[in-house]
Amino acid sequence: MIKSNLLNSITRLLIGVGHRMIARVWRLGAGARLFFLTIIYSGESFRRFHLTLREIYFTGVMSLLIIIVSAFFVGMVLALQGYNTLQKYGSSEAIGVLVALSLVRELGPVVTALLFAGRAGTAITAEIGLMKTTEQLSAMEMMAVNPIARVVAPRFWAGVISMPILAALFSMVGVLGGYLVAVPLIGVDSGAFWSQMQANVDVRADIVNGVIKSVVFAVACTMIALFEGFDAPPTAEGVSHATTRTVVISSLTVLGLDFVLTSFMMVV
Amino acid sequence: MERTKIDLWVGIFVALGVAALLGLAMKVGNLTSNNLGKTYSVSAAFENVGGLKPNAPVKSAGVVVGRVADIKFDSKTYEAIVNINIDQRYAFPKDTFANIYTAGLLGEQYVGLEAGGEDDSLKNGDKITQTQGAVVLEKMISKFLFNKASESESNSEPATATPEN
Amino acid sequence: MTSNIVEIDNLSFGYKGRLLHKGINMAFPRGKVVAIMGGSGSGKTTLLRLIGGQIKPTQGEVRVDGKVVHEQDRDGIYQLRRKMGMLFQHGALFTDLSTFDNVAFPMRELTDLPESMIKDLVLMKLNAVGLRGAHALMPTELSGGMARRVALARAIALDPCIIMYDEPFAGLDPISMGVVCDLIRSLNDALGATSIIVSHDVKETFLIADYVYFVADGVVAAEGTPHDLMQSTLPFVHQFVHGEKDGPVPFHYPAGNYQSELLKQRL
Repeated sequence: MIKSNLLNSITRLLIGVGHRMIARVWRLGAGARLFFLTIIYSGESFRRFHLTLREIYFTGVMSLLIIIVSAFFVGMVLALQGYNTLQKYGSSEAIGVLVALSLVRELGPVVTALLFAGRAGTAITAEIGLMKTTEQLSAMEMMAVNPIARVVAPRFWAGVISMPILAALFSMVGVLGGYLVAVPLIGVDSGAFWSQMQANVDVRADIVNGVIKSVVFAVACTMIALFEGFDAPPTAEGVSHATTRTVVISSLTVLGLDFVLTSFMMVV
Repeated sequence: MERTKIDLWVGIFVALGVAALLGLAMKVGNLTSNNLGKTYSVSAAFENVGGLKPNAPVKSAGVVVGRVADIKFDSKTYEAIVNINIDQRYAFPKDTFANIYTAGLLGEQYVGLEAGGEDDSLKNGDKITQTQGAVVLEKMISKFLFNKASESESNSEPATATPEN
Repeated sequence: MTSNIVEIDNLSFGYKGRLLHKGINMAFPRGKVVAIMGGSGSGKTTLLRLIGGQIKPTQGEVRVDGKVVHEQDRDGIYQLRRKMGMLFQHGALFTDLSTFDNVAFPMRELTDLPESMIKDLVLMKLNAVGLRGAHALMPTELSGGMARRVALARAIALDPCIIMYDEPFAGLDPISMGVVCDLIRSLNDALGATSIIVSHDVKETFLIADYVYFVADGVVAAEGTPHDLMQSTLPFVHQFVHGEKDGPVPFHYPAGNYQSELLKQRL
């Protein structure tokens, strides 16, 4: 009796895990299909570029403030922490290299993507989720207007265009923030700060790779936000859950992808 | 009216992005020193290149004059063949000496060129014959230890061997 | 060309094995206002989605203008939808666009009309629903009745042959209800279109409909002109038309014996 009970609960557990796995895989497939359709129906986002322009305004321009302020502080903290360690080895001039490399290679693309997921990604999910809830997407479809071409694709391309710009700004502003702490505050020589940086930051290996990273993150973050909105159950609760999932899944995806991309770039 | 305002903001946004990228490339990165303009290629065979990597700088008197193009292994001579691109503006005599140095104690490795005294200059495709490979730390340490050991051996020997000398 | 613009033949549709419709036959003649009535959850709205080709029937077919909807490819369905206008239950106005842009939306998306002509057309459509003065307002600034009328202007933006209304009277005050009611009839006659109304508001629907289908338990339970149905002795129709709380449609959701359940709890 006890044995069969145990067996039963184990079976139920396994079935539950299996169902959840299948649901995940199903969602992954649906997401991939949405991505595919978005690419196919992208023509309109470029032919009528003002649609995309409008979304760049909402995802990119509106994220400027948070990106610039965060970058400034991140750069300053990097310089402070870096100085603390570097001066023990008597090489505080290398602070510029440390700040620039950390920003250009990692923090610029990654922190921008995380902030983007929180700022623009949630907005996209909530907006599309609500459009679905209030039947706006259905209405569009009934008017023979493809919602993927009209709503999803412009937002996708806006994200893909905005994110590398935001990441580049993040790195640049971060370096300036680091400069402010290192040179006027700590007293590192300004010339050494810049020349060491220039000697050790490679345009192709560091800056171009950073841009590549941010483009990949942009595709991932924007697509996740769009899919979660598109897939959200049409209720208030459904939209709120979808918004949360956007942040969680985007963040995890960005960090995971970052590892994969970094290891690829190391090999090359 | 709405639309033109959005256009303006997006324009500013994109301009800022381009400026940031340019700033990263010019001010933070070394776009300028990486572009050598026209170069000529010479090769050099080293016994050991240590940690030298493609794109490492080639310096003469501390000035970057070129970059390492590629590094190959020659299975006949068992040596490393390093191809380097040198800026066309700089000419070096045929008997130029190529060394592999390390910047600082643990820094990156680079090729150092020391000019010889011949009148003819190196041309595209020429080979630098006088080379010295990288100093491998383990080799140096084992050499040092070996010397120490033989020293102490020769120090302890005198008691029996010296009289015969 | 048949006289019916929309025909539904032996249509079955269901989710996950549970059939919502079990063999429905309907015909919608050109130029008429036809109502589909039934209780909440009887699949009325789903019928509209089937006509619009947003979902595929499990069995049977829907023909619009002689073409079987579910056999069309994407372009074919879009071609058919250009002949349709639909008013959604809550209007489904695009909240990020102004009233004017909402009505202009189908014109901008589906036609190559110059902006000046679009402007004239939009104001004309808004004038038809009496809201030309509200063209600059955002949907959030409109009352429920006004939003419904703007949505109606948007539905008729491209002069459709078929106008579908999903619960056009739900949640409106009596005055707005009367206005919308009048509009549906007058627009239908002015455009020479066919209107399909899905509703459970008996009074308003009977006022404007030429023909009414009653849907219950997945089949057409009764059909006829409003006048016939008012006189109908069918128990279900009688209960529905006269709004009696108990009858063939029970007040209680199926449940066990109340007394025995109460007793069970006490034990």
